[in-house]
Amino acid sequence: MSTEQIPEVSYAVDDDGHGHLAEMRVDPIGLFQRVYDECGDIGRFRLADKDVVLVYGAEAQEQFFRAPDSTLDQAAAYPFMTPIFGKGVVFDASPEERQQMLKNQALRGDMMRGHAATIEAEINRMVADWGDEGEIDLLDWFAELTIYTTSACLIGKPFREELDSSFAHHYHDLERGTDALAYVDPYLDIESFRIRDAAREKLVALVQGIIDKRVTRGTVPKEERDLLDVLISIDMTADYITGIFISMMFAGHHTSSGTASWALIELMRHPETMKDVVAELDDLYADGSEVSFQALRSIPRLEAALKETLRLHPPLIILMRVVQETIELAGHTIPPGTVVAASPRVSNRIAEDFPQPDSFDPGRYLDPRQEDLQNRWTWIPFGAGKHRCVGNAFAMMQMKAIFSVILRDYEFEMAQPSEDYRDDVSKMVIQLQQPCRVRYQRRQR
Amino acid sequence: MRVVADLGLCQGHQMCQGEAPEVFGFDDDVDLVTVLQEHPDDSLRSQVAAAVTYCPAMALAIEED
Repeated sequence: MSTEQIPEVSYAVDDDGHGHLAEMRVDPIGLFQRVYDECGDIGRFRLADKDVVLVYGAEAQEQFFRAPDSTLDQAAAYPFMTPIFGKGVVFDASPEERQQMLKNQALRGDMMRGHAATIEAEINRMVADWGDEGEIDLLDWFAELTIYTTSACLIGKPFREELDSSFAHHYHDLERGTDALAYVDPYLDIESFRIRDAAREKLVALVQGIIDKRVTRGTVPKEERDLLDVLISIDMTADYITGIFISMMFAGHHTSSGTASWALIELMRHPETMKDVVAELDDLYADGSEVSFQALRSIPRLEAALKETLRLHPPLIILMRVVQETIELAGHTIPPGTVVAASPRVSNRIAEDFPQPDSFDPGRYLDPRQEDLQNRWTWIPFGAGKHRCVGNAFAMMQMKAIFSVILRDYEFEMAQPSEDYRDDVSKMVIQLQQPCRVRYQRRQR
Repeated sequence: MRVVADLGLCQGHQMCQGEAPEVFGFDDDVDLVTVLQEHPDDSLRSQVAAAVTYCPAMALAIEED
């Protein structure tokens, strides 16, 4: 049994000894698209010493997403995360642990109202010094905002109050330390990995400083404690606590930051949609209702614009698993040790499921089209199956809160040519390429 | 209409109970949704449709009888 019967994709960038790795580092989307174009619903490419089998289409993707953890393992598929979280810090919880976390923890449905209020307050703080007009860099601005929102909601407000933009800055350096060369060796001596490791040390030092202050302060009443107090009380080291916090924030940080940025870009590119969304929000808030209330409720036109943004610009362009037990996918038997994957970026734009796949059309999500629900295994900005992003309701609520606040008070316009907004895909964590500047002006009403 | 819940997908968010409390319940022992009314009255259609739309696990569907 081997993967030899599965067609292998051609080379667009010369093999430098690590197969298609060289292309992954410059044009991963082109590579994943070519696998589909040349091989169809199952194809493979070489990533260092591994075969990566990429599956497409509802049938094969359903098999992929439904496979239990005992068959397809997530953690081993992302070696570039280990130096970021730190050795021994879990990559991702099992479905059982995730369910337990949902029950007890920050992502529970009935915690959402409090989170919505927290997020609204964080946005208000970020725009407090905006004045009547000015310019922001989308990556810097949303990356900082989402550090505050994720830390406040997932770890606790007292911890968030200890943070400033330096935490966001170091965190960004971690995210930049995700070069695909990690598939050769995550500890290679290259610049982005050196910066990554230095950034992690600085984050540990920041957390150590906060721990020292807590220890000096002594214990506080239960209702004033946050997760950091709990972890200090069980004698965890600053290094380990930092690893836990990095991993808790990781899934929700660059993803939310990038989605907010791209949603604003797409709204600026499509003034009619922007007009509709602003009118919808003006109408919704005309009675003076609270953002923390409305962000948890239906805002159909804004939601459709956000879903369409996620379809075109999914924050994760490839989702990978390592085969633990032999699995059958698209008619092929795949042996243990193989990496299998699905690509949200390519899947979300397959024309059979999403007519005119490259056009921004929020109407796809309105009745009766509902292209997200009609294509549950191929509309996959949040993945699918048991591992479908457990934070997606939180993420959508956060997006609704952000746009409720900023579109209520400000108008936006591009400060650079439209086509100059693009992703930097040279790392496994893709982020907006800088500059990505936007002008704002307070609305006259 | 017929309401279908895919227990292989449910993550136990319990959002559906908020959207359509008469149609969806929750089994605490296994942390999974329960369908209280498989064929709810058509007057509940918009509630059920909202539960389907906002299910964070995409585990719910309406099938027409």
